[in-house]
Amino acid sequence: MSEIIEVDARRLFCPLPVIRLQNCIKQQQPGARVRIVSTDPGSMNDIPTWCRINGHQVLASEEQDREFIFLVQKATMEVSHGG
Amino acid sequence: MTRKAVALISGGLDSLLAARLIQQQGIQVEGINFFTGFCVEGHTHAIRNHDRKRVKRNNALWVAEQLGIKLHIIDIVDEYKNVVINPRHGYGANLNPCLDCKIFMVRKAHEWLRENDFDFIITGEVIGQRPKSQRKRCMPVISQESGAEDLLLRPLCAQNLPATLPENEGWVDRAGLRDFGGRSRKPQMALAREFGFEDYAQPAGGCCFLTDKTYSVKLQDLWDNRGSREYELDDIMLLKVGRHIRPSKDFKLIIAREEGETNFLSGYRHQFQTIKTVSHGGPIALIEGVTLDAEQLELACAITARFSQGRDADSVELRFSDPEQASRSIHVKPLAANQIERDWIIA
Repeated sequence: MSEIIEVDARRLFCPLPVIRLQNCIKQQQPGARVRIVSTDPGSMNDIPTWCRINGHQVLASEEQDREFIFLVQKATMEVSHGG
Repeated sequence: MTRKAVALISGGLDSLLAARLIQQQGIQVEGINFFTGFCVEGHTHAIRNHDRKRVKRNNALWVAEQLGIKLHIIDIVDEYKNVVINPRHGYGANLNPCLDCKIFMVRKAHEWLRENDFDFIITGEVIGQRPKSQRKRCMPVISQESGAEDLLLRPLCAQNLPATLPENEGWVDRAGLRDFGGRSRKPQMALAREFGFEDYAQPAGGCCFLTDKTYSVKLQDLWDNRGSREYELDDIMLLKVGRHIRPSKDFKLIIAREEGETNFLSGYRHQFQTIKTVSHGGPIALIEGVTLDAEQLELACAITARFSQGRDADSVELRFSDPEQASRSIHVKPLAANQIERDWIIA
């Protein structure tokens, strides 16, 4: 298994955690795994929604001591949103 | 060949409907959403303790999911400063540079379009919907000054405007667009029903802190007392939190109003001098400004103590912390309510 890339989005508010994740994922190869830690409760909705829209997979999520942690796997294929 | 449109998605109803109208015509749509730092996206909600259980969604993401489109969220905090500081077309009722903002966002969307090989831009603008940026005479100004020209299509009011390139080229059927105008929301609501959209964000006006009078007063105060209109993201985030009290031109206190704000402001203790009540339950206060002399520091402590559970005590102990020095204890008598002068309270 390839290494997990870490994104620290603590103390950032919506939509910055999503932007940090988006910008990190953009640089990775398909199938890469990214672990993001956020303190914004809005992340509980926003990160899974952003992943669904873009075809990425949330492999795991948990809340620990007011931190929201997600393990995300980059889509292996480009999502098509035809008209 | 499938044509591609990039839609400015604010998270409100109008951009949702505009994008769906264009999707209906077989156009591939992707969304773009800009983060300026002033966006009202549940920040106070996320900070304040009693609000944390009611998690707020990001409306732009919600809209994108309803539409089944990708959404690109772009951080424009730094570039946006010039729009806020030097709006060519001036401000609205508060420090909202709505027309310059729209021009800037369409310009950024146009840049994105060229980089990503898209064909045209759509927005949810409606003539007459907003007093500053959506007047009829503003529409060509936005198209021209953004550089988008006839690549900018407003599906909700296109029939009231000259035809754009997507219409002239036959990519989009003008008859399938709309002729909405004015401040009424009824046509949009009817169209939302037709499309089966429910639970959309309440429309119009509430998406930017710069349209808020109280927020604008705090921003103006920051600029006036700093002698400069420059700002950083932390500055504009802190304007969303706490009581802001300026007892003199030299310094301002940002005093937490509840536990969630105390937690949030505590995160700034390595950047700011802070005061925290020790002998009684109470808030943290950030000190923004010059290094305080002994008299100013005592006043700052007495004000902070006023908002603690020791407000009626003869003496309250507070801890003064400086990122560059050891912290120390200070005892003061809290100010009485009538000793806090009205013009100290910024908001």
